[in-house]
Amino acid sequence: MSKVLGLNGNAAAAHAMRQINPHVVAAYPITPQTDCVERFAEFVSEGLVDTEFVTVESEHSALSACIGAAAAGGRVMTATSSQGLALMWEMLYIAASMRLPIVMMVVNRALSGNINIHCDHSDTMGARDAGWIQLFSENAQEVYDNMIQAVRIAEDMRVRLPVMVTQDGFIISHAVERVELLDDDAVKNFVGPYRPLYPLLDVRNPVTYGPLDLFDYYFEHKRSEIEAIDNCLPVIEEVGKEFGKLSGRSYGLLEEYRLEDAEYTVVALGSTCGTAKEAVDRLRDRGKKVGLLKIRCFRPFPKDEVIRALAPRKGVAVLDRSVVFGGFGGPVFTEIRSALYDLPSRPLVIDFYYGLGGRDVYVEDIEKAFARIEEVVRAGRVEKHIDYLGLRE
Amino acid sequence: MSKLKSWKELPLGGLILEAGNARTYKTGDWRTERPQVDKAKCINCFFCWAYCPDASVIVDADRGTMEGFDYDHCKGCGICASVCPKQAITMIPER
Ligand code: SF4
Ligand code: SF4
Repeated sequence: MSKVLGLNGNAAAAHAMRQINPHVVAAYPITPQTDCVERFAEFVSEGLVDTEFVTVESEHSALSACIGAAAAGGRVMTATSSQGLALMWEMLYIAASMRLPIVMMVVNRALSGNINIHCDHSDTMGARDAGWIQLFSENAQEVYDNMIQAVRIAEDMRVRLPVMVTQDGFIISHAVERVELLDDDAVKNFVGPYRPLYPLLDVRNPVTYGPLDLFDYYFEHKRSEIEAIDNCLPVIEEVGKEFGKLSGRSYGLLEEYRLEDAEYTVVALGSTCGTAKEAVDRLRDRGKKVGLLKIRCFRPFPKDEVIRALAPRKGVAVLDRSVVFGGFGGPVFTEIRSALYDLPSRPLVIDFYYGLGGRDVYVEDIEKAFARIEEVVRAGRVEKHIDYLGLRE
Repeated sequence: MSKLKSWKELPLGGLILEAGNARTYKTGDWRTERPQVDKAKCINCFFCWAYCPDASVIVDADRGTMEGFDYDHCKGCGICASVCPKQAITMIPER
């Protein structure tokens, strides 16, 4: 029997962590993630979990402790945000290259400077090349569901990679919503017992993690890391389907919203997808053939599925909630436009930077994005590839 | 060194699964000069043994004799040749 509660995204994540009952959690508090770790610390002190909770002095140490614990052979989780994720940067790559199935909840928050605590995706996008799987959530329910699936994905013997589950700062992390929790036992069975691989605590079979690796092997190791992350797309889909059987909520790599006959499409990640769905509904009511492509799994990038979903469209407006300074568009735009390049006839693609530092995005903003891509398609060419939504000129 | 492996043959995560296999790693393979001792000149003072930064001078402690070099690990730095009071060590270029 599942249970319906009013929870914010942080609490939803904390409950998932409680039900997963990891061996080790090492975390450092940072707004807006604090609430999640605080709640989890309560579960620890109430004896509701068996977790060894390590209170470290920084995020660099948090992920370092997680790496050590995961290499030792434990199921390990952590959570962070913004500057915290930035401070973890060097350890992120190490966790992935050692193929440690750590699950980390990231509350998306802008990076300094100036100091801002509100949502954008610059923290997670800054870590997009680190070798972690990245799952984005649209609401608190998806945060909960993604956390549970992340454990299965990370620990799958075909994957063995760390996973980030993201949620938008404050918009999801602090807004109370209806969240359906599975039974504790159902989650326990779904994630299953932890199966360690080459644990350091197995002293009869000693192994070395992270040795010096120079010009003769480093390249080959990176090649196998590329293979590992590319190969996990089918596992993410498999776990999403299996989770659907358990919960009634199936997950894919993408979500297509009213896309079947859509001529114009917005592509977005995270909570903005909810706003975009409302914009799609309103425009559909006015007879516009529009739809939304929501990217749930950004890393690995589901290129083939994106091509399939976008190839028949006339125009695509990508919404990027983080900036690539000096780049040709945001991280989502760059991937999408590049994926479509080989098509014999491809949709026109434009990019909008939006929502930086928590700037609100309204249904009307998304409607503007649709209006613009329609104009671009009518003109038959893109004059301005990158534009802004909700910015004062 | 054994034949280099392809990326498909490597253990996951760049791990080393065999304990103590550093023993098989010959660290002297990038040496450009090798020390050679002329035992006719050598007085077994062990200066070379004491100064070698790589523990690559082989001595027989029981007999008190300097026996030669461990070429698997000697880096060819020439310190032994430079400290030898009898100029018994010559550095020979590796081809
Ligand atoms: S050349 Fe250097 S490394 Fe080699 S034996 Fe002499 S002192 Fe040791
Ligand atoms: S330093 Fe010269 S004389 Fe002394 S043991 Fe070495 S080779 Fe012989």
